Amino acid sequence: MDTIYPSLVHIVGEGYASFRREELFTYSKDLGTSEPKWPDYVAAPKTAEQVAEILKLANREKVPVVPLGGGMSLAGLALPLKGGIALDLKRMDRIIEVNEKGRYAVVEAGVSHGKLTAYLHNQHPHLMHSEPGAPPAATIGGNLAIHGQGDLAHPYGFNTDMINGMEIVLPTGEICKFGSCAVGAGWFTLHPLPDVGLFLGWNGATGIITKVSLRLFPYKKFREMEIFVVEDENLIPEILYELTHLGLTEDLVAFSSAIPPFSDRLHHVSINVTGDSEAEIELKRRLIFEVKLAKYIESGVGGIAAVSQAIQRPQVSKSADWKKGGGFEYVGSIMPVSAYPECYRRGAEISTRHHIPYTILGRVIGCGHAMMFSWSYAFNRADEKTVRHAREALHETDNIVMDLGGVIWKPAVFGQELLLAKMDVNTLSLMKKIKLLLDPNNIMNPGNWEVD
Amino acid sequence: MFKLQFDESKCFSCDTNDCLTQCQYMDIDPGTAETEIRKIINGEDSFVLHDCATCYACEEYCRRGNHPFYLIVQRQEELNILPLPDPLVKRGVQMGIPFRGEPEISEIKGTALNLGVFSNLSRFTQGRLFENLTLMSTDSRKMFHYFCQLMYLHFGRISVINDRLGKIIRTIAAHKVDEVVHFHDECYGTYTSYAPAFGIDVPFKSIHLFEYLYNRLLELKSDIRPLNLKVAYQRPCSSRLSPDKYPYVDKIFDLIGVEHVPREYVGKKALCCGGTILGQKRKGSRRLALELQEKNIDDMKKAGAEVCVFNCPACVDTLGQKVAQNGLMPLFMSDLCRLAIGEKAS
Ligand SMILES: Cc1cc2nc3c(=O)[nH]c(=O)nc-3n(C[C@H](O)[C@H](O)[C@H](O)COP(=O)(O)OP(=O)(O)OC[C@H]3O[C@@H](n4cnc5c(N)ncnc54)[C@H](O)[C@@H]3O)c2cc1C
Repeated sequence: MDTIYPSLVHIVGEGYASFRREELFTYSKDLGTSEPKWPDYVAAPKTAEQVAEILKLANREKVPVVPLGGGMSLAGLALPLKGGIALDLKRMDRIIEVNEKGRYAVVEAGVSHGKLTAYLHNQHPHLMHSEPGAPPAATIGGNLAIHGQGDLAHPYGFNTDMINGMEIVLPTGEICKFGSCAVGAGWFTLHPLPDVGLFLGWNGATGIITKVSLRLFPYKKFREMEIFVVEDENLIPEILYELTHLGLTEDLVAFSSAIPPFSDRLHHVSINVTGDSEAEIELKRRLIFEVKLAKYIESGVGGIAAVSQAIQRPQVSKSADWKKGGGFEYVGSIMPVSAYPECYRRGAEISTRHHIPYTILGRVIGCGHAMMFSWSYAFNRADEKTVRHAREALHETDNIVMDLGGVIWKPAVFGQELLLAKMDVNTLSLMKKIKLLLDPNNIMNPGNWEVD
Repeated sequence: MFKLQFDESKCFSCDTNDCLTQCQYMDIDPGTAETEIRKIINGEDSFVLHDCATCYACEEYCRRGNHPFYLIVQRQEELNILPLPDPLVKRGVQMGIPFRGEPEISEIKGTALNLGVFSNLSRFTQGRLFENLTLMSTDSRKMFHYFCQLMYLHFGRISVINDRLGKIIRTIAAHKVDEVVHFHDECYGTYTSYAPAFGIDVPFKSIHLFEYLYNRLLELKSDIRPLNLKVAYQRPCSSRLSPDKYPYVDKIFDLIGVEHVPREYVGKKALCCGGTILGQKRKGSRRLALELQEKNIDDMKKAGAEVCVFNCPACVDTLGQKVAQNGLMPLFMSDLCRLAIGEKAS
């Protein structure tokens, strides 16, 4: 009988660790096209101290540890590629503090985006955070570990640009703090101390995020979505340029999909507009439609498809419905906005070849500095042929991202290898040194961001 | 293919030219109207084709039973003078394509209530008013099989209507119904005005929702408690295709004890909700739509209305929230009737 299971029980308590197959089953799969990968154990810690104990144990036993938040990242990133302990962080879900005037919230990393949104809505109705379009069970920690973006990406950038501080458990078990909280001050700023942040975007391969101070932003009372449509994809970059110059909107997303038919070969831009009064919103609508977009309307190449709609998060998951058996996975990429037309054309071509209705989307990040461009591929979970088609389409798309000079976002292992192969050698060597320094036994989510 | 039955001689001998002189969105004197009508009939360019708000009202203004609006739209298509930007036209045309399998056709005994593309509004067809009707088009995934297509009059796309309408009529007829009450004026107008104007056969009898509601209320008369409300009615564009049914608005109001407040923009002079104008490519269209909405709502308020009654879901979409923000309660006509017989609004 191995000693790992009793040690895990000792750390997290009875009922929060398991090695039973029926419980491991859930942790062996994710929602996408990845083959199942089984962990040997699962443990669900409640505190950073318990996380630290588990990591020390894993180092002693040389057992991999794979952190898991909501498990919504789709690309197999939280699957235990090399077995070991699945570390389910969903019990670490305390909202510790909301500083209303300082506009930040300190939360445990397992807090879900849905929970934080609901909490703010009820307790601090003038504040919001940047929630991704993911299902609400997605966690704050998981999203930061992959450099996610949410519905405030246009005004404020990546979600990882919106943190004021973090607590991390290093692979060797030390608990560290970053930002003003590291010197015992409040959790109100990440800067100006020396930058030792080596944890974001690493899929947990350099440490486990246990606490975060997230920036919050004004939540305006009136909120709506306007939709503008064009047929010529080449117009999208300049339209987004106009709108980002105006700088008066929240989320800005361009999308097109073969299904439902109304959006086929047309490009919709959803424009989230908010204000504390109808007059504020109308001023913004006027500047958008009567100043910035009027030339497209009057020349007949662009039109107002809808105004004052209830805000919806990007609905990529709906594409899972276009085939029986409800599966979908997407390649996300970080691209220059100018690449939209080519991304659309190449994506539509791949989809057609694999008999999948195309679904593409580009979300503006920052003031048009980049966009997260995604290509979604639907498949039928019960039909291996369609899963294979989707998997091949995903791989081909990873290659396109590299071809077009973009960066694959939250790449699966295949995409990580493409990126590492292209990476500057000195950067690669630095990554290797960091990984070795922080995780000498290579226990943290092995298989992810592995530099040979 | 189907051809508009348009009697030009009626226009040539017309001395009022109401179709254009009464237009609320273009200021046209009788002389200009005569010239422009001739141009339109002859297939020539006319400013009317460019500036038409597509409100359908000229179908009602014409006293001679001709079809000026259908002709205008036909010419817009022929001359490629589309009121809306091209991508909106393409989007609209694609929107009507069914994509989620065929509908299940079951035989309907008695009278049907056709929801058309408003399957998700079936909650507005509940209660005793509707208990004798069998709903048709209740599955929102299949509703485009019941889409009357008339919306494309706003898009300069007569050809799309004519291409698709035959199949829609066959789908409805496949339910083996004799009588169909249409939830939306637009469907009613399609089968009783547009189809005959283009020589399209309709093998079922259509009943206007208001006529149905009125007759049903008569059956339930003993349950009616006067509502004593002051109401305004937002007349939709498609109601212009069935002006003979418009009197049912007042008949219903009288029956349920509500006062139809005296307004400037009422009946023939009703104003468009602005929904379609807002997207048009003519300079200033959005502003015009907002001004119309403001004028309309101010008029309702000035007349002392407490409730704004709708029949068209598209009008509710564009105006519903605005009338509510102005202190008027937006209500579907069927809901108003439900209140009168002691039921709750949906
Ligand atoms: C329909 C749909 C829409 C989506 N839309 C968006 C979107 O708009 N924006 C967006 O950003 N994402 C989106 N996603 C992707 C993803 O769901 C989110 O990014 C989500 O926030 C990831 O969080 P998670 O808790 O599910 O992470 P998980 O999948 O559990 O984990 C992600 C990675 O982080 C690691 N990890 C998890 N927790 C921690 C931790 N505390 N510390 C260190 N490492 C950790 C895991 O090992 C894994 O490698 C979408 C997904 C779906 C299915």
